[in-house]
Amino acid sequence: MAKIIVVTSGKGGVGKTTSAAAISTGLALRGKKTVVIDFDVGLRNLDLIMGCERRVVYDLVNVIQGEAGLNQALIRDKRVENLFILPASQTRDKDALTKEGVEQILEQLKEDFDFILCDSPAGIERGAQLAMYFADEAIVVTNPEVSSVRDSDRILGLLGSKTRRAEQSLEPVKEHLLITRYNPFRVTSGDMLTLDDIREILAIDLLGLIPESEAVLRASNQGVPVTHDASSDAGQAYTDTVSRLLGEEMPLRFHEVQRKGLLSRMFGGSRR
Amino acid sequence: MKLLEFLKRERKKSASVAKERLQIIVAHQRSQRGQPDYMPLLERELLEVIRRYVHVDDNAIQISLDSEDNCSVLELNVTLPKS
Repeated sequence: MAKIIVVTSGKGGVGKTTSAAAISTGLALRGKKTVVIDFDVGLRNLDLIMGCERRVVYDLVNVIQGEAGLNQALIRDKRVENLFILPASQTRDKDALTKEGVEQILEQLKEDFDFILCDSPAGIERGAQLAMYFADEAIVVTNPEVSSVRDSDRILGLLGSKTRRAEQSLEPVKEHLLITRYNPFRVTSGDMLTLDDIREILAIDLLGLIPESEAVLRASNQGVPVTHDASSDAGQAYTDTVSRLLGEEMPLRFHEVQRKGLLSRMFGGSRR
Repeated sequence: MKLLEFLKRERKKSASVAKERLQIIVAHQRSQRGQPDYMPLLERELLEVIRRYVHVDDNAIQISLDSEDNCSVLELNVTLPKS
């Protein structure tokens, strides 16, 4: 049975789409059949981050309105087997999405896939609520910054009340915290909220920590999810995140300033 | 001693200010979680009614809704000034 995971945040620009692209790529690289759905109707961008913008023919809204079949709209990723993208519509407005339509698509996808990732739009309105409504788990993307943390808390409130699991008193949506754009140097100098501050305030399990990294912009420039850049810190951090999502224990990396001791500076000892 | 305090205050980093502010706002947000949408308006209107008789501060009124098994209890707390 497929797991439905929403990637959400409330605030815009914190890295939802980057994370949805990177995590779905990571899951597919681990052999899991994965589909990632863009729920940002009117402002689609997942196709661009995944590098398939020129192969979009049909979209989510076309499928909901019966203008295309699901298989016609799904785009097969060029780089990884087992990875599919369902783009959002660029021309329609948010009202084109219906709860029944979304449910039908998800039910159909559940039969074929191991993981269904829903890339939520920013905000807390219809599109965002539909993206989270049917979720089994939620990845709450948060930057170490006041407005992002506050909005994440708002989203946690909605996950606990405005989802199918909440409304039908089922087991609650499993909430994961994903901290992105973390800068250990600024944390050390006292100008950025620490990992523990954010965990303490939001009080949910930490799934991963992605450092602020030049690799992320490079990846989006090229339309290649950063997970493929295996030598980069962000790429490795997303790979760790995926392992944890699959239930593996992974030690946290990239949350501290890499200190080089005198000896390793002199002799170039191995860096952790 | 004064000098030490001064230095300490200077050292208060922006991240710890952020944390304190967040703790307060998040606690406030959570206290409102699950409340019906009409609660803020109800609170404002109740305050208006009370003010027709006594002058009270904005924060002199506290209102909360607790739901138990089969009923909800609306609790209203008003601090009146000494007359």
